[in-house]
Amino acid sequence: MHRLYLVPTLLINVVIIFIPALLTVALAFFRWDGITTPVFVGLQNFQALWFDRVFWTALTNNLIWTGLFLTIPIFMGLLAATLLLVARRGSMFFQVIYFLPMIIATAILARVWQGMIFSPVSGVNGMLQRMGFPTIDPLTQPSTALLGIATVDLWHWWGFLCVIFFAALRQVPQEQIEFARLEGASFWQIMRHVLIPAIRPTITLMMIMTVIWSFLVFDFVYILTQGGPAFSSEVLSTLAYRSAFYDLAVGKAAAVAVVISLFGLVATAFYIRAQTREFQS
Amino acid sequence: MKHEVKLVESRTTLTLTYAVLSIALVITLFPIALLVLNSVKPAAQIVQNPLAWPETFRWDNFTRAWEDARFSTTMLNSAILTATTIVLVCSTSSLTAYVLARRKIESWKIVTFYLLGTTTAPIQLFLFPLYFGFAKLGLINNPFAVALIYTAIFSPFAVMLLRTYFLAIPRELEEAAQIDGANHWQIFTRVMLPIVSPGILTVALIIGLYSWNEFLIATTFLQGADNMTAIVSFFLLSGQYSSDWGEIMAAALIIVLPVVILFVLLQRRFIEGMAGGSVKG
Repeated sequence: MHRLYLVPTLLINVVIIFIPALLTVALAFFRWDGITTPVFVGLQNFQALWFDRVFWTALTNNLIWTGLFLTIPIFMGLLAATLLLVARRGSMFFQVIYFLPMIIATAILARVWQGMIFSPVSGVNGMLQRMGFPTIDPLTQPSTALLGIATVDLWHWWGFLCVIFFAALRQVPQEQIEFARLEGASFWQIMRHVLIPAIRPTITLMMIMTVIWSFLVFDFVYILTQGGPAFSSEVLSTLAYRSAFYDLAVGKAAAVAVVISLFGLVATAFYIRAQTREFQS
Repeated sequence: MKHEVKLVESRTTLTLTYAVLSIALVITLFPIALLVLNSVKPAAQIVQNPLAWPETFRWDNFTRAWEDARFSTTMLNSAILTATTIVLVCSTSSLTAYVLARRKIESWKIVTFYLLGTTTAPIQLFLFPLYFGFAKLGLINNPFAVALIYTAIFSPFAVMLLRTYFLAIPRELEEAAQIDGANHWQIFTRVMLPIVSPGILTVALIIGLYSWNEFLIATTFLQGADNMTAIVSFFLLSGQYSSDWGEIMAAALIIVLPVVILFVLLQRRFIEGMAGGSVKG
């Protein structure tokens, strides 16, 4: 009888996610404009991607993005979480503020940064320029557009990691830290040899999730630059979206989606393996 | 739970710690402060100096934002969509979480891994066939259809979070009810559900937050002026060519304020739910 309890969740999940996902994989081998009958083209969509400069830019950008997010926010989160452990008093307050950007809609955060900070007209950037500083709007330069977007996402994201790491650090047995202190270990030594090894599973899991999420990034890119200027900040998800809904090249979009999923699949395998330990207990 | 960890005692270290934490605090709050500050300023003053205190308070920014973003329609749409999603996710996920936590069926492992897998599936992997399929069925601009999509995307997270709440219930409780002659449905609704109600509240809050803030699905599936959500109408308002940033920030504040108030009141639930759901599995 309990089997019936699963029906609503699984039915919705299969209809909305599983079947369309299979269709996407199939569509990657067709040419389709979303309206007429799809035409089977074999590997043509993938071949076209191979020779598409924008595709390689997008893929490279996703890899740069992954690299940035595997290092900067994880370092910031770990450092701030350890400092919260040192500070103790007020740690809850700091934690809540650091978390605040996570609960605000990405569309709104993107516009605030765009208009109030980056903009040469209405933003802090423009004010600095008028005062004579040679600042630029990073979103309008091909060489800095991706970094400009990443800045917004890093600012929005690192506090979440800090909160997670802080929660994990509070579970580290006090005796271990006391013992290290009695041995005369410095703050950095305790962090390196006691605290970080103790929360390694949490860090690993967050790094796996970072890889998965880095290939899904969409909102900030789509809102801040639409992948521009000149496709310089294009990522795979915006490339797929634009192909499907602007160019009506749904087959190409599906092929890009398959590529995104292949990267995700590797990380997901690690993710499920990391999570398995919990389910065995 | 909370250990009294003593890492360092020296006064300088503690001062330095608070200095670094405070710098991070200022960086986190700076863009949000600009949002609030400029929401009451005339556009002309923002262009002069986005950091300055308002010379005149333009409260009509809010009334104009409300009119121009058509918030009386779109806010209601967001509220209905959010409420529908919360009801769908909470009802379906609690059933599934119960069965999986208690291992009521032999295939609990396969179902759990399947759901874990879908949490990491990129939206682009199922978005395109779903969109064109829904278009064919006349489901574009249908809020209930979008609530179903949200349910599919968010329910694996909800199941994993609720699962931990069901795991915490002692088995004896269930057995006692069984001996009293309760059937499985009565055990679920009268014994289990009341105990996990704090977990359901946490899930409701977080799913509500995600639905309220969601951009990609909403902007794709709800394009009609009378069907769009508040986030999408904000996005369109802020993307217009001649932009009054005072009005845009006022519109942003209208959307953000209820969320921030809820977050401040129920911070522990938000943080534990969002951090726990993605870490603990």
